[in-house]
Amino acid sequence: MEKNEEDCLVLGGHKFHSRFILGSGKYSLKLIEAAVQDAGAEIVTLAVRRANTKEHENILDYIPKQVTLLPNTSGARNAEEAVRIARLARELGCGDFIKIEIMRDSKYLLPDNQETIRATDILAREGFVVLPYMYPDLNAARDLVSAGAAAVMPLASPIGSNKGLATKEFIQILIDEIDRPVIVDAGIGSPSQACEAMEMGAAAIMANTALATAGNLPLMAAAFREAISAGRKAYLAGLGRVLSRGAAASDPLTGFLRD
Amino acid sequence: MTEEKEEKQENQFLIDSDRLSEKALARKHQLENDPSCRKDPMEYFPDMEQIHSDVREEVIRQVEAYDYEQYTAVDVRRALEHKTCSVEDFKALLSPAALPFLEEMAQKAHLETSRHFGNTVYLFTPLYIANYCENYCVYCGFNCYNDIQRLQLNREQIEHEMKVIADSGMEEILILTGESKKKSSIEYIGEACKLARKYFKNVGLEIYPVNTDDYRYLHECGADYVTVFQETYDLTKYETLHLLGHKRVWPYRFEAQERALMGGMRGVGFSALLGLSDFRRDALATALHLWYLQRKYPQAEFSLSCPRLRPIINNDKINPLDVGEKQLCQILCAYRLFLPYAGITVSSRESKPFRNGIARICATKISAGVSTGIGDHEEKYTGREEGAVGDEQFEICDTRSFRTMYKDMAGEGLQPVLNDYLYV
Repeated sequence: MEKNEEDCLVLGGHKFHSRFILGSGKYSLKLIEAAVQDAGAEIVTLAVRRANTKEHENILDYIPKQVTLLPNTSGARNAEEAVRIARLARELGCGDFIKIEIMRDSKYLLPDNQETIRATDILAREGFVVLPYMYPDLNAARDLVSAGAAAVMPLASPIGSNKGLATKEFIQILIDEIDRPVIVDAGIGSPSQACEAMEMGAAAIMANTALATAGNLPLMAAAFREAISAGRKAYLAGLGRVLSRGAAASDPLTGFLRD
Repeated sequence: MTEEKEEKQENQFLIDSDRLSEKALARKHQLENDPSCRKDPMEYFPDMEQIHSDVREEVIRQVEAYDYEQYTAVDVRRALEHKTCSVEDFKALLSPAALPFLEEMAQKAHLETSRHFGNTVYLFTPLYIANYCENYCVYCGFNCYNDIQRLQLNREQIEHEMKVIADSGMEEILILTGESKKKSSIEYIGEACKLARKYFKNVGLEIYPVNTDDYRYLHECGADYVTVFQETYDLTKYETLHLLGHKRVWPYRFEAQERALMGGMRGVGFSALLGLSDFRRDALATALHLWYLQRKYPQAEFSLSCPRLRPIINNDKINPLDVGEKQLCQILCAYRLFLPYAGITVSSRESKPFRNGIARICATKISAGVSTGIGDHEEKYTGREEGAVGDEQFEICDTRSFRTMYKDMAGEGLQPVLNDYLYV
């Protein structure tokens, strides 16, 4: 990056300054605004099935108007269901962004890459900005890009686990090979893990459970914000090398020798 | 040392009504006293589908081998230290040796619940549309020999009840009937589901077990969740409690959830009625029933209930015997640790303090504004008296309205959720 050049996350032609995507589904509605503010988040995800309510406390009413909604298709078990949910999200006024989540497993909630590729293909053609949640597999990621995904969202470890970068090597391959933003989603449990993913070259971090299970949610949101920012700067700065063994002195021990 | 044999407590279920005919009374007594006149509980009726599932054998094999007295504090500590809870760990957590570790279990269960469900708690209400029943289940208020006011709501009455409930703010409904296929036909229940889709986002069913095709039809009518209580997984005990009717066929009931999933339902619920038999074995069987089906149908959603016996009309002495609140809490925590992804429903059979407390530990779904009678929501919700009402299945303990429950759950630091579901 050139000096003074703006460092933005670009998704489907939309620019974002924040690289922290915030989940909204696991904590009190009244905390959403504070979390968004302290996280500095510009994108907030929400489950369409949760927003599809008559209740007086609709989650949509608690998400600040200035942020971009990223509705997700959680609950979908195949591409057809995901497509129907995405269209409903549009009808509900949630905009054109859609995070595809297709799970055929209710225990680990692991994404179904094949069905996700099919849904991406359909929804991208309908003009959605498609962000697919996926298992980090290079072939699937390439197919998602070919199908029109605006980014790919590989999981770091099982959703809700807070276990961090269990799939680190495979996410690195995606970062190295995929010409779209790689947003690390699911399993990031602490700011240090988020920072590490950003140092690797991830374009952004999505987190929910890490905040929802924290003792002080807004404070944790702020901690993530700083960690993501630090990781991004480190990535842009270019990390120093790591020796495979031994040490390298800052001042060479043989510096006194004359030619 | 004096030998004192501890006398096991038993409920006195058998009650005679003086309004029964002599013939009916004679048949009732024959069923109660002469096991040879009762149908073989393993024999299906001709209209019952047999799916030849392997799940039942697996569950029963595990339960029969379960000797909970052999587990010690060491086993419980080991189970609590493990990152994932194995079947063996679960058995230890259900054992008497785990009771002194209740607080540790609750702390760990709370963490698991937070990871999977955050701080959300779902609210729903049941709607009984008929209390006619052809079964003689000795502990149940709806049993065919119990002298109660019977009623079946017609289409207009069902819709009226639904309107009253929907007006209160509720978005999820559980439709229940007594177990009479003659009175409450599949088509009748299907029409109720179609009406419910007009007023509610989420429609569940708790009706008599049916065949796969019938579940498919009910799914097409708008229902997506099916709950079936096995009551007890102890066949020998089951046989002595369910003396007459379709419900007497134990394996057909056991296979109901699997048929529901085969019929396209999104999720299924499981339960034993605690207090009927050995509660530790029943809790083990319930969880394993779910666990094996999850492995076979990984896309489905699963939930558990944990009801305890309650008094019924004409028998106010029925109680859950040795299943106290601590034991109930132990079972629920063990469920959460073994099945962290499963929903756990705690019904209005339990008290307000228990439900408030357990919602902070492991429950994910709570009923509110509950009536287990027929056609009395108008009166209960608005105070306006309507026409005839049908008697209740059992006495509830927690009578809080939807609004009060919503406020109380928020007061516990939880986020009440009325809908998290789409019919797709």
